[in-house]
Amino acid sequence: MSVLAGGVVHARPTPAGRIVAALNRTVIHVSLALIGLIWLVPTVGLLVTSFRPRSDIQATGWWDFFNLHLTVENYRQVLEAQGMLQAFANTVFIAVPSTLLPLGICALAAYAFSWMRFPFRDTLFLIVVGLLMVPVQVAFIPVLTGFRELVPGLELTKGYGGIWLAHTAFALPFGIFLLRNFFITLPPDMIEAARIDGASDAWIFRKIVVPVSVPAIAAYGIFQFLWVWNDLLMALVFVQDASKFPMTRAIQNLLSQYGTEWHLLAAGAFLLMIVPLIVFFSLQRYFVQGLLAGSIK
Amino acid sequence: MGLAPTPVAPTTRYPARADLTAARRARGPESPRWGTTLLFLAPAVLLLLVFLIYPALYTILLSFNRGRNGIFEQWVGLDNYTRLFADPDFLDLSTFPPSGALWNNVLWIVFYVSIVIFLGLVIAVVAARVRYESVLKAIVFIPMSIAATALAVIWKFVYSPDANIGLINALLGAVGVAPVSWLGDPGLVNFALIAVGIWGSVGFATIILSAAVKSIPAEVVESARVEGATERQIFFRMILPMVSLPMSVLAVTLVVNVIKLFDLIYVMTRGGPGKSSQVIAFTMFQQAFEAGQYGYGSAVAVVMLVLLIPILIFNVRRFRTSSVT
Repeated sequence: MSVLAGGVVHARPTPAGRIVAALNRTVIHVSLALIGLIWLVPTVGLLVTSFRPRSDIQATGWWDFFNLHLTVENYRQVLEAQGMLQAFANTVFIAVPSTLLPLGICALAAYAFSWMRFPFRDTLFLIVVGLLMVPVQVAFIPVLTGFRELVPGLELTKGYGGIWLAHTAFALPFGIFLLRNFFITLPPDMIEAARIDGASDAWIFRKIVVPVSVPAIAAYGIFQFLWVWNDLLMALVFVQDASKFPMTRAIQNLLSQYGTEWHLLAAGAFLLMIVPLIVFFSLQRYFVQGLLAGSIK
Repeated sequence: MGLAPTPVAPTTRYPARADLTAARRARGPESPRWGTTLLFLAPAVLLLLVFLIYPALYTILLSFNRGRNGIFEQWVGLDNYTRLFADPDFLDLSTFPPSGALWNNVLWIVFYVSIVIFLGLVIAVVAARVRYESVLKAIVFIPMSIAATALAVIWKFVYSPDANIGLINALLGAVGVAPVSWLGDPGLVNFALIAVGIWGSVGFATIILSAAVKSIPAEVVESARVEGATERQIFFRMILPMVSLPMSVLAVTLVVNVIKLFDLIYVMTRGGPGKSSQVIAFTMFQQAFEAGQYGYGSAVAVVMLVLLIPILIFNVRRFRTSSVT
């Protein structure tokens, strides 16, 4: 029995009430367990499959744990024979610059929008907010064809140039928005004091704003990195050289060529998932922050 | 993240009025240093102009042109649009239920958005009462970190009609039901895909709504309970009003997600069987890059842009009011 503020006495539950409460608790635990299973089993099933020999996969389901033989042969085959090793490297080549470029450019612009004075600053920022909603599809055709008209001989899609620039440009509205909203919460006194001491904007940016904003910058960086790592659409449009395809495209090709070769597909899918999963489990806090920052009030 | 909603709505907390005016006063030296300002802004402005604003205008113009090869050759007025809306593969309202790519987006909005929010809220509220809450939330959140391409492989596997591969058909087989071709039946395919979308996004909704539910002080809920409020009353009178704002932002984010939906469809069904699971972003890609109809494809891209404009205005308005007050 507990006596709470206000002198209200908590009534001791009757035996019948206690049974109802216990039943309720059981219902809660069972339904939560079911939810956990539904969200875990498909991925685990594919993981188990990626380690089973091809003949086993065709003979029995992955849930046949009494006949479990494990092998890494599928991974060896998909990495070497199916070129997934090269695709993995290509994904890294695409993702790293496509993360670092927007990070730098967004941080600079966000600083200008937060701590510099120039005409139409707030109007320009509203335009950035508006650009958040422009779908990437509007850029496909002009970037592929119109640019060639303007600059003859320009082949942005032969190498990585096209996809780096496209990913960077389309990351800017969100990145500027996110970082600006963080920078603006920094104490004005800190920046004002530096200015009075004669510090330049470049110095304030490098020595004050960036160091104290590491959590926000990291959250945004992780978000952008995973976004690019997992992207298929931009790679379909902006990477035309087959030797430069990232993993998402390699798996999509695998699927259209060997739609029922689950030993290859499962291993391929896990190679694509492994980095995001490591990032998720090791940097969960930043990752969730990055996602939340834009969408929660 | 293929399905991870791009956080779209400008909703970060803003400093209270006093803080903001203080910030206003101190933001920037009295005499602007033009060179420096330009250096800070130039890379962003240049890239936005070259890769977003110029292309958007180009695409809008191209949608009024025949646009073969993606260049301006012959103006056709509204032809691309009249053809698009007359195309039963894009929108066919003459049958019941209607069909076409745009209709499939409507199906997604109705079922995906509502079920994701519902499940997200249920898990957020119910899980808050058990000790393994963080583990459960992490499990539900895992699909958020992986690519839509991987999600597609996982679920093609689960949906496989081969009862030695596909878990669902194996379970059905165990109770004597014949295998169902989830992705091969035009009547089922959209719902099978929407289910995958829901599976991929509930974690996001849970995290957002859970944060909102947690923002209600525990003592307030506890004292309501002590005063004799039923669980139902607590949910409808206390929790729901508190989460309604994040919920509306979440709904907007998910709708945007649906309009941009592409990777999952492309990898799982390629819009098939036939054209039964196409969505608008898929149509744009296919018309422009597989059929080579750039003018027509531009018209589809412009339809996407137009669908997003109300949300764009909503965001800008919301942002303007929240930064003024």
